Amino acid sequence: MQSPPTPGPSIREGALSAKIVVRDLYKEFRTRNDTFVAIDHISLAIAQGTFFTIVGPSGCGKTTLLRIVAGLDTPTSGEVRIVQEDPSKPGNSMVFQGDSIFPWMTVWDNAAYGLRMRNRPQREIAEVVGHYLDRTGLTRFAAAYPHQLSGGMKQRASIARAFANDPEILLMDEPFSALDEQNRTLLQDELLRIWDETKKTVLFITHSVDEAVTLGDRIMVMTAQPGREKALIDVPFERPRHVLELRARPEYGELVYSIWSQLRDEVRQGRLQDEAMGSK
Amino acid sequence: MRTAFSAAMRDRVINLASPLLLLLLWEGAVRLGAVDARFFPPPSRIFVTLVALVESGVLWANTWASLQRLFWGSLIGGVPALLLGVVMGIYRPIRAALDPLVAATYPVPKSAILPLILLIFGLGEASKIAMVAIGVFYPVLINTVAGVLQINRIYLDVGKNFGAGRWRVLSTIALPGALPLIMTGVKLGVGMGLILISIAEMIGAKSGLGYMIWNAWEILSVETMYVGLLVIAVLGYAFTLLLNELERWVIPWKAEH
Repeated sequence: MQSPPTPGPSIREGALSAKIVVRDLYKEFRTRNDTFVAIDHISLAIAQGTFFTIVGPSGCGKTTLLRIVAGLDTPTSGEVRIVQEDPSKPGNSMVFQGDSIFPWMTVWDNAAYGLRMRNRPQREIAEVVGHYLDRTGLTRFAAAYPHQLSGGMKQRASIARAFANDPEILLMDEPFSALDEQNRTLLQDELLRIWDETKKTVLFITHSVDEAVTLGDRIMVMTAQPGREKALIDVPFERPRHVLELRARPEYGELVYSIWSQLRDEVRQGRLQDEAMGSK
Repeated sequence: MRTAFSAAMRDRVINLASPLLLLLLWEGAVRLGAVDARFFPPPSRIFVTLVALVESGVLWANTWASLQRLFWGSLIGGVPALLLGVVMGIYRPIRAALDPLVAATYPVPKSAILPLILLIFGLGEASKIAMVAIGVFYPVLINTVAGVLQINRIYLDVGKNFGAGRWRVLSTIALPGALPLIMTGVKLGVGMGLILISIAEMIGAKSGLGYMIWNAWEILSVETMYVGLLVIAVLGYAFTLLLNELERWVIPWKAEH
């Protein structure tokens, strides 16, 4: 586990090619008498091996952006490209927000889902699933059904499912937002440890500045409706990181504060818009 | 803990005692001449008839005939309903096409189509099985569609994200996700099947519990009628227990309460 600290992505970026390219992405939703712009011309180039976080106020279209990258939604215009290096691997795997593991499957079957859908050999499934259940602390619960698990355990299973599928990139849609503070911190730490082993390119959506800074190499701050790029920030902290140690550092607090002050206006503006539209 | 146990025990005792008490009251009322023994023969006489029908093999032959028709009818009605229901639940255009047909034909009393069924399938086994099949078909279909529709959309997104093809979406998400409601449909369907087989066997049949009851009316053997009714009631109860057991077995992931 004691590997030397790796340099930040801003240094590596020149040498490595982009893994995810988002070009001039635009998405609008039409209701009967209104057009609502969710994503307003966003472009991104995310380098191979980057843990990229997007932080923005709720309703800024960040989940829509992620769903488009995942291929679960189509853009109105613009395009997303994921550089596929190994054609036998799936393009992306997503860790969804909230309960997304199948209640009718055991933890083991849930974690094996992607591999089974790709008809991987039994031996490989057993090995890979066993490994990620071990890494997520779920080995004891392999035969349990989700209703027997806590919220944190369910999200661990969801993380194991995504990692076990061994995709080109990992997408995470506020995976810890439903958890309590202690559990969230624990899972962030565990995610960092698992990610350190694989260094896959990750696109992680969150509304928590703390989370974005704790996990990310780079952060895109998004504006409230319509969702635009407000700022792109490099996180200078070395890896491997430990959540609590990191948070005790003054530079951490300064970075969080500076992002917060940019986001504050957006949150306020978003709320004003909500009130003006009379939504909710 | 101890009070809970004794409360459960007390419930069980009451559960057993109440029908027994009713039978005793019945027996007493007939013997005292308070109710007419021609319409309400005393339980003791019904029991004697029951024993006689068991010994002669008549009861078993008729029960077996009904059970076989129920089995085949449930299978022939239930399996297509299940498949069609899953497909209707997943594919919107198919649902749009078939929903009005289901809604229009479902409320027609199944007993009212018995003459039509007799016309089409004749007086033999086929018409009995067809009646059961129709009775099982609708509850299973309607509940399966509802079961698929209530599946959280996120699971379908997961299926798509993890590369499940059409067939895999049906078999790993739609079907298991709908299973709790499908089981409800099966229970309702088997109950409906039991009602319909009794009715169907009263017309143009030469075996079955419905036939036994109808024949008893024709020869005025009231005790035999009661034996028939009793067996149908016991079958209904046994099916409920059996299907509850099946449910626990096929849906092990449902939270126990």
